[in-house]
Amino acid sequence: MADKIFRVNMTDLSTSIEEVPENWAGHGGRGLTSNIVAAEVPPTCHALGPKNKLIFAPGLLSGTPASNSGRISAGAKSPLTGTIKESNSGGTSAQRLAKMGCKALIIEGQPQDDSWYSLSLTPEGVTITKEEELIGKGNFAVIEAVEKRFTDKIGVLSIGQAGEMQMSGANISVKDPDSHIRSLGRGGLGAVMGSKKIKFIALDAQDGKVEIADTEAFKAANKVFTKALVDHPVSQGLGQYGTAVLVNIINEAGGLPTKNFTTGQFEGHEQISGETMHDLIVERGGKPKHGCHAGCVIQCSQVFNDAKGKYKTSGIEYESIWGMGADCTIDDLDKIAEMDSIMDDIGIDTIETAVAFGVAMEAGVLNFGDADEMTRILKEEIATGTPLGRIIGNGAGNVGRTYGVTRVPVVKNQAIPAYDPRSIKGIGITYATSTQGADHTMGYTIATEILGVGGTADPLSKEGMVELSRNLQIATAAIDSTGMCVFIAFAALDDATCLPALIDLLNARFGISLTADDVSNLGMSILKTERAFNEAAGFTNLDDRLPEFFSEEPVAPHNVVWDFTGEEIDSFWNF
Amino acid sequence: MLVTVKLFAFFREGRFIKEDRELPEGTTAGQVVDDLQIDREEVGVMMLNSRHCQFDRILQDGDAYAIFPVIGGG
Repeated sequence: MADKIFRVNMTDLSTSIEEVPENWAGHGGRGLTSNIVAAEVPPTCHALGPKNKLIFAPGLLSGTPASNSGRISAGAKSPLTGTIKESNSGGTSAQRLAKMGCKALIIEGQPQDDSWYSLSLTPEGVTITKEEELIGKGNFAVIEAVEKRFTDKIGVLSIGQAGEMQMSGANISVKDPDSHIRSLGRGGLGAVMGSKKIKFIALDAQDGKVEIADTEAFKAANKVFTKALVDHPVSQGLGQYGTAVLVNIINEAGGLPTKNFTTGQFEGHEQISGETMHDLIVERGGKPKHGCHAGCVIQCSQVFNDAKGKYKTSGIEYESIWGMGADCTIDDLDKIAEMDSIMDDIGIDTIETAVAFGVAMEAGVLNFGDADEMTRILKEEIATGTPLGRIIGNGAGNVGRTYGVTRVPVVKNQAIPAYDPRSIKGIGITYATSTQGADHTMGYTIATEILGVGGTADPLSKEGMVELSRNLQIATAAIDSTGMCVFIAFAALDDATCLPALIDLLNARFGISLTADDVSNLGMSILKTERAFNEAAGFTNLDDRLPEFFSEEPVAPHNVVWDFTGEEIDSFWNF
Repeated sequence: MLVTVKLFAFFREGRFIKEDRELPEGTTAGQVVDDLQIDREEVGVMMLNSRHCQFDRILQDGDAYAIFPVIGGG
């Protein structure tokens, strides 16, 4: 069965199944969503209007037995940044889409009235159904209800109240193998789904299977690839401690943004560290290791129980813990886990929202460290859409503008995550130049600057940082197209067998003969396509800058400022 | 001389989280790793007073020395 494009028009409620145009055939995941957005969305359109389109695409290897290949990409013009956006996530949706032969789902138009809808996808196509019962409900209730209506095995993409209210911090939830939630987190894509009036998308692959051109070569390549992943010590540490293993090392390096980015170390770091979380999880009968999708061999997710041993949340990430923890100065993992669960339910990005709370704390809306008030605001203001809830739910930049705060850590209006660019300089280049606003995952220079993976670089020196960020952003754009989790990069940077095995997997899947150069060219072409969209939307090199306060306020303990010139930043694009 | 040694992740197992250790003058970062019976191959990152360092670095009185295995995340 050849892959097809599934298209849904929400203006006239029509659906179609189309052949894949030749120039999209070699794309998947981010490469495909960005190429479709670039080809079909007018760059100057309103992100919440009928001309924007929401695209979902599994990666090139999703749905195959390749390890760690279960990532789904979502793309659109972002209501948060105004740029092109791709956000990717684990969960079960990528595999469902790939197995039903859906290379991409394109949702366009906008209903003329106030009705809400759901979509249901099978290998035969898309059904649009009016939805009433689940409107106003959180994501956990939606997943439970959708499973009852279909089967336990159904894949689900859904939005919570934040998406319904089109808040620009809204995310899209992706059901994981245990009916819990992973998130297409950044850039407000949940608001775009809300603007199309779609509450959820049910995915039933039936008995669909992904065809593999050369199964023997595929098996052989997967064996080598999996070994490289499993053998790498970073993979092992991720399984044991989760991504929160970073709390202590980033704090030690003086790069843990604390109290709305006013200092680089948090007194309560030990209480919110991966080590502490691991011990709590074990003590309470949770699971330190958990996969966000079938076939993951790294298992950085976890099941976190409360003090009574009852399930509280899963997949609680370093960036979420940092945001609610150090940035809002909360040193209590139980309170952070509670808020993580509420944010999953409401469907709002933990990074954007935690940073927004940090700015609100600086503005005096609530006190630093007041987890109870934060929890109340999440439940009573954001979930119900009060004016304060909307101010915070529309992101850190919005809070800063509303209350006249100048220390607002955003680039292109998207919140800066868990690494201070003054004391970890390479990541600042990624924040500044990323085609999607501040986002560490676009080019994770931390690997080299702090962790010593893929070489070393002094995080306090500017030397080589533009090139480091460029190389990683190019590689990441390519990896984001394969359906692979970005954490394969640690093995890929250190183990010479990893990347060739990944290329062999692609070649065996499609019966093609890509080389390493082709993959690198793919990454470059994706970045250039995304940048061209942004330029046509009105962005210039002057938008590739960090907020002024990073150049003016030294950050402890190193007492350093952001000191790249505009010219140095702009040299990123010399390729 | 007195040096504060901090251990992270599984290096803590059967050892300690943080300890002030009396060390002879001229002790190197690598010697502390050896004394703690940590395999140098397993060490990912060492930081002396929040700056990365190497095994041959000579420690000074009052230093804070952090030792991490190979870890990552993001």
